[in-house]
Amino acid sequence: MSTTTVNMPQDKKVWGGGSRPLGSQYGKLMMWFFLISDALTFSGFLAAYGMIRFKESLTWPVAEEVFTHFPFLEGNHPLLYVALMTFILIMSSVTMVLAVHAGNHMNKKSVTLWMLLTIIGGLIFVGSQAWEWYHFIVGDKGGIELHDRTIVHIVNADGEAISFSQVVHGMEHGHKSNHHEVFSKDEVFGAFKADNTLALKVPGKAGETMNRSEALAALSQADVVQGANMKRNEYGHQQFANFFFFITGFHGFHVFSGVVINFIIFYNVLLGTYERRGHYDMVEKVGLYWHFVDLVWVFVFTFFYLV
Amino acid sequence: MSDTTTSKNTHFQDELMHGHHEETFITKYVFSTDHKMIGKQFLITGMVMGVIGVMMSMFFRLQLAWPEQSFAILEAFLGEWAPGGVMNPEIYLALVTIHGTIMVFFVLTAGLSGTFSNLLIPLQIGARDMASGFINMLSYWFFFASSIIMVASLFVTTGPASAGWTIYPPLSALPQAMSGSGLGMTLWLVSMTLFVVSSLLGALNYIVTILNMRTKGMSMTRLPLTIWAFFTTAIIGVLSFPVLVSAVLLLIFDRSMGTSFYLSDIFIAGEALHNTGGSPILFEHLFWFLGHPEVYIIILPALGITSEVIATNSRKPIFGYRAMIGSILAIAFLSFIVWGHHMFITGMNPFLGSVFTFTTLLIAIPSAVKAFNYITTLWKGNLQFTPAMLFSIGLVSTFVAGGLTGIILGDSALDINVHDTYFVVAHFHIVMGLSAIFGMFAGVYHWFPKMYGRRMNKKLGYVHFWLSFISAYGVFFPMHFLGLAGLPRRYYSNTAFPMFDNLADINVLITFFAIIGGIAMFIFLFNFFYSIFRGPVATQNPWNSNTLEWTTPVEHVHGNWPGEIPEVHRWAYDYSKPNADGSDYVIPGQDYAPQTVPLAPGEEEGGH
Repeated sequence: MSTTTVNMPQDKKVWGGGSRPLGSQYGKLMMWFFLISDALTFSGFLAAYGMIRFKESLTWPVAEEVFTHFPFLEGNHPLLYVALMTFILIMSSVTMVLAVHAGNHMNKKSVTLWMLLTIIGGLIFVGSQAWEWYHFIVGDKGGIELHDRTIVHIVNADGEAISFSQVVHGMEHGHKSNHHEVFSKDEVFGAFKADNTLALKVPGKAGETMNRSEALAALSQADVVQGANMKRNEYGHQQFANFFFFITGFHGFHVFSGVVINFIIFYNVLLGTYERRGHYDMVEKVGLYWHFVDLVWVFVFTFFYLV
Repeated sequence: MSDTTTSKNTHFQDELMHGHHEETFITKYVFSTDHKMIGKQFLITGMVMGVIGVMMSMFFRLQLAWPEQSFAILEAFLGEWAPGGVMNPEIYLALVTIHGTIMVFFVLTAGLSGTFSNLLIPLQIGARDMASGFINMLSYWFFFASSIIMVASLFVTTGPASAGWTIYPPLSALPQAMSGSGLGMTLWLVSMTLFVVSSLLGALNYIVTILNMRTKGMSMTRLPLTIWAFFTTAIIGVLSFPVLVSAVLLLIFDRSMGTSFYLSDIFIAGEALHNTGGSPILFEHLFWFLGHPEVYIIILPALGITSEVIATNSRKPIFGYRAMIGSILAIAFLSFIVWGHHMFITGMNPFLGSVFTFTTLLIAIPSAVKAFNYITTLWKGNLQFTPAMLFSIGLVSTFVAGGLTGIILGDSALDINVHDTYFVVAHFHIVMGLSAIFGMFAGVYHWFPKMYGRRMNKKLGYVHFWLSFISAYGVFFPMHFLGLAGLPRRYYSNTAFPMFDNLADINVLITFFAIIGGIAMFIFLFNFFYSIFRGPVATQNPWNSNTLEWTTPVEHVHGNWPGEIPEVHRWAYDYSKPNADGSDYVIPGQDYAPQTVPLAPGEEEGGH
């Protein structure tokens, strides 16, 4: 039996019993209710994120200044890669729709193709996320942790953030990003003190620049931070990295499980299981999950990267 | 797809013709996919957990009545935690925590909803089984694993979780804070995560079964109120438990991964921890977004059972059937917008407090509708005082008595005075603890013949009821006065405060009643297990009831009905319905008309 046939005479009441009032078999309904439930888990996380970010809004890092890398390209590309990832994930939703559509027409060859493309899209997304995590963890320009545990960044006379590499090796020889070079506190602070044009700036949209004497005083009890972990990160507030790892990680876990489930269904398509069963409802059920994972990403992308 | 009613029917009839396939002990009693067996598994597991939970309350009642005195029984059970028979403060907190956790989740959520949703949903809507027997089985085994882990946490050297059943951080988040926040807390969190999985799998099954598998003629407005209650409970569970998952996962990360979601500016032994920017209030919001609907997850099934038992044993249709459905739905909706009343004194904005006061007091309306409908159903009824009926009436009493104090606690201004005192303990134990447990007992006595094909002893049932009822009020009624006098909850001992000296006798009285209540439970346990094997064999419809489960044979068969699933022609509450000229009942000489009996010519259907 395919998707929406209801085995009852039309003159009877739909909710009168002995029929499926929503025109759906139980597995699909269960998937819908599960997704509602899962949506509330994500809502819990996003609400938590919102509350903490609102509380710390003055020093919350700006995403465009954090996620600036693009594979194989030098230079500053704010949010370009995450936009590409998002595009790929949404495209994988499109291929999933096509797979479901092909399933409804019992077209095994087509289902195979579109499922395969969906799986590839999912793998690219998970891989990209790993790449982004890697760069987030290794770090970019480096930050300075003050006595009160706030993070500040070194800026040049134009107010642009510059890397430890540029501070220590000079603007001509240094790299815009520290790459894997580790700098000691003495190297960075020494170079900072030697160059009068450098200043310290608090991250965030309203980030204030400290004047030179304030900055020098602050350095006496400060430390350098490169990269990010759960306890501190060079980008700004501790909570920024906490929520980044947690929310994108939780979503990534969903994408990963989605890819695994898609693969199992894909394998069954190849075996001809659904051809024998006479319908491709399983493809539709995992499709629902896959669309959900995409939809959640749209919210994560909006709230974590865009606003 | 093979899940349609028709194909299940054919499958079932094939089975009848070719003889039942062999069931082994394992598939019948352990990894069973039959909803009746799974219901019994939930019940027995819940009862075992209940014995543990109640015993813990006995232990800490001893401490509260006779602070720091020696009891051999404490040393026997608590060992090193009660040196010389005197319990230490840490284990007191652990006992209170695990008592709360076990009673709220393991007994009154899984034990109550799990048992009766599983048993009654397919039977009362006229289905062969749940939509997915396999997922249903998984639901039980996740619950079982969760129970095992929770019990195992009692045997950890550093003690089980001790931060209260609400596990507020930072106390629960930092292992340095108290010994119970070490491994015990980790196990608590793991156990609860599995519990949520179990609850979710169960709830998904309940919802789709009720939506998709009602028999012919069983419209939503012919459903027994039990089913409406289980249906709504399952929906609340699907919407609220996932937020507990959010709260718990963030807490697990704070404990194990070094994040600071709930932690900020903490000094331990003069040393600052690395955590910045987190908020313990965040946890409270997330927790109570589950925590409050959880109260209704507990009470709604009990109210549903009571509706059924009271109507049957009053031999009268339930009063205001549609109003009952409406109030169940209204309570479910309101349960999601009142969580702030648990947080009035956390420093929440007083304006927000007044909003939560408003929504909280609104719940009084549907609750009162239910209470009045029970009373009007009983009014001038031909009351049959079975043990189930007594427990149901007991529920109405405690639901009203506890609800009244809820009005005081729901008001943010009044709450300040009694917050975190024994007044709160009295309130929630009466309104949800006692009411739910009475509803559960009512269900067990009422459907025992359906579960085990035998009947429980009525006289022991009466003794059980009266001892429970008297001791329940004996325990919790005086607590109101303790609370009004300012006695704080969660204190191990009050001897350090001379102002509370004159309350010591009340605590002795409470413990006296608690012990009587504990003894009453043994009467029940004896009656229950004895009757499984030796009780008188039940007839098919022992309570002359209308609902579909009593049209199935006493002996359980796979698929519930040996032949076709019966068709439904009327609502579930045609008790004592007169015929057209008022000379007799609609079925002459029989004061009930089962749902399977077609309407007589010219007869109007009830329930509108």
